[in-house]
Amino acid sequence: MNALLEILILIVVLTDFRLLASSRLATLIDTMVFQALALSVIPLSLTAAPWPWRLMTLVLMTLAVKGVVLPWLLHRAMRTVDVQREIEPFLGFSSSVLLGIVLLGLSFLIVRPLPVTASPGAGSLLAGALFTILTGLVIIISRRKALTQVVGYLSLENGVYACGAALAVEEPLLVEMGVLLDVFVAVFVMGITIHQINREFDHIDTDRLAELKD
Amino acid sequence: MLLSVVVVPVVLGFLALLVPAHGPRRGLLLAGSAVHAAAVGFALVRTPPLRPGAWIGVDATGLLFLAITSVLFAAVAVYTSGYLGRESGRVVRDAEEGFSFSNKPEAVFVACLLFFLAAMSLVCISRDLGLLWVAIEATTLVSAPLISFHRHHRSLEATWKYLLICSVGIAMALLGNYFLAFAGHGRVHLKLEDLLSHAAALDPIWLKAAFIMLLVGYGTKMGLAPMHNWLPDAHSEAPSMVSTLLSGALLNCAFLGILRGHAVLQAAGLGRFSGDLLIFFGLLSMAVAAVFLIRQTDYKRMLAYSSIEHMGILSLGVGIGGLAGSGAMLHALAHSLTKGMLFLCAGQLLHFYSTKTAADVRGALHRLPLTGLLWLAGLLAITGSPPFGLFISELTILQGTLASGRWAVAVGYLAALGIIFIAMARIVLPMVFGRDDQVEPVAGTAAARPREALWYALPALALGSGSLLLGLYVPASAWHFLNRAAQLAGGY
Repeated sequence: MNALLEILILIVVLTDFRLLASSRLATLIDTMVFQALALSVIPLSLTAAPWPWRLMTLVLMTLAVKGVVLPWLLHRAMRTVDVQREIEPFLGFSSSVLLGIVLLGLSFLIVRPLPVTASPGAGSLLAGALFTILTGLVIIISRRKALTQVVGYLSLENGVYACGAALAVEEPLLVEMGVLLDVFVAVFVMGITIHQINREFDHIDTDRLAELKD
Repeated sequence: MLLSVVVVPVVLGFLALLVPAHGPRRGLLLAGSAVHAAAVGFALVRTPPLRPGAWIGVDATGLLFLAITSVLFAAVAVYTSGYLGRESGRVVRDAEEGFSFSNKPEAVFVACLLFFLAAMSLVCISRDLGLLWVAIEATTLVSAPLISFHRHHRSLEATWKYLLICSVGIAMALLGNYFLAFAGHGRVHLKLEDLLSHAAALDPIWLKAAFIMLLVGYGTKMGLAPMHNWLPDAHSEAPSMVSTLLSGALLNCAFLGILRGHAVLQAAGLGRFSGDLLIFFGLLSMAVAAVFLIRQTDYKRMLAYSSIEHMGILSLGVGIGGLAGSGAMLHALAHSLTKGMLFLCAGQLLHFYSTKTAADVRGALHRLPLTGLLWLAGLLAITGSPPFGLFISELTILQGTLASGRWAVAVGYLAALGIIFIAMARIVLPMVFGRDDQVEPVAGTAAARPREALWYALPALALGSGSLLLGLYVPASAWHFLNRAAQLAGGY
């Protein structure tokens, strides 16, 4: 396991905890973006230096979408709906962090018996990826603001991406581009919907979206 | 040639965004539907052979689902061009709470409908599981704006749930794809033919993990319990023709994703594992649907829960395999036609009665003779009564279940069907036959009441006739096609 990969895994786990602990939306967005950037260089750390052009294209595209376009969309959405922080989540911030510690342990326990032989260090990366997915789920379930839920969704997406990297899955460039495009459009459509919800309700607390039920 | 089912709707969709006038834009919708139907008809008559290594291509399963999508879209295109004429540009009073709202811009709506068609077609023709994933996620994103066409708080709530729950679900399916690729240790790609021919070399543990992820992910989109929470909201709040497409075409497309996974596991000799999971989720969905149908008061939600039930039946039939698998393919076709008819009728009822509460709709047969009749026939058809197509398919699935010796499953299946028949009949029959005493004094004379336009009932009538035909006679060549579709879906 090389040093760069170790550092990157550490960054991913630490950013997960920051996502669980912070209430300011700007912090959440920036942390999520930082995490995405760290993850997008992981494929480079797993391969030796003369990188094939396919890999380079992919990393550059990922950096462009996740490092430039998504943060721009999210910050713009934050300004238009004028929310600064997540207030009174269903699960408090310190409880979220405690839950995060349990989930991190759980992730390593789940991954340990799995026969991951893709590359040295893939096991820890897979555990980190699983933890990121679980963090995303916790945020989606336990937060009220629609925008926070989008950040949770993107964190989950980061985790799935890291899983792909850990398992050294090489999909054709066309599919990878398609996945990136879908993530971008997803955030775009979610942004528009949040904007409309905000205009209709004067707030974006999703717990008040509770009229439809049986 | 085959690619035209994707490219043409996309091009027409962008055109629809640019065209300023209403008339030509609705023409684009009809044109898209016609071209799509022609291309699918051509593929049905002369199925293009699968080229090795190709990204796209059709096998019997994909073609069946593509044809279903095409038929439903044709009905929806005709209905929509009339509907937009009725709704366009006016401020509408909400049926439930009485506030006023305006609709989304019509151009966006028409364009999204066409993009939706393109995305669903891409799902049906992709031969690569990665591409399939991209297409299924795309269906979610382009259909979300359709659900909130009526801009008010309930539709936005439904859209938000739909977007978030389905996106999370589909992210799980991506994880399933990665597991599947890892099961091949980098030597097998996600091309379907590669996976099927090298299935024996795949790592069984990762293969099982991959199927569970695919089932959870695409199952969310398909509306299998317990991942179904978004479905009743989206189906009841969307305009009726969007509900038609969601229920009749989109759920099937998501099911196709699961079927591809099932076929790979079957080829690897793990068909028993995936089949049992499909049976379990199938029965669970039927049970959940039965429970929620018993006390249902909203007739559009009733149809939504009925969709959950039928997705459960599909999953159960394919899980059992053999004869039941072929039955499931017929069931997919018959359900889409019938449910399409019912949702279009529901749209008519909603327009004339201005309520979604079943108890407030009475005497539909008297007031809207054609729609009332179709609504009644639809009840019989959707609950699997003869002489409709769903009767044949449900009976075939039952036969297959008994032939496989799973008596407990058969008992559960019949019990759920029985409960659902009673529950739905209790809701629908009073709507059709009850006395319409509320409206008479207000309207004064019969002539003052808004008349039922024949044009709106025609698409529903066409779909209903298809469902009836399937019940009366399924030609041997069609059975052959359905058997082949079931076989390719891992049914044997």
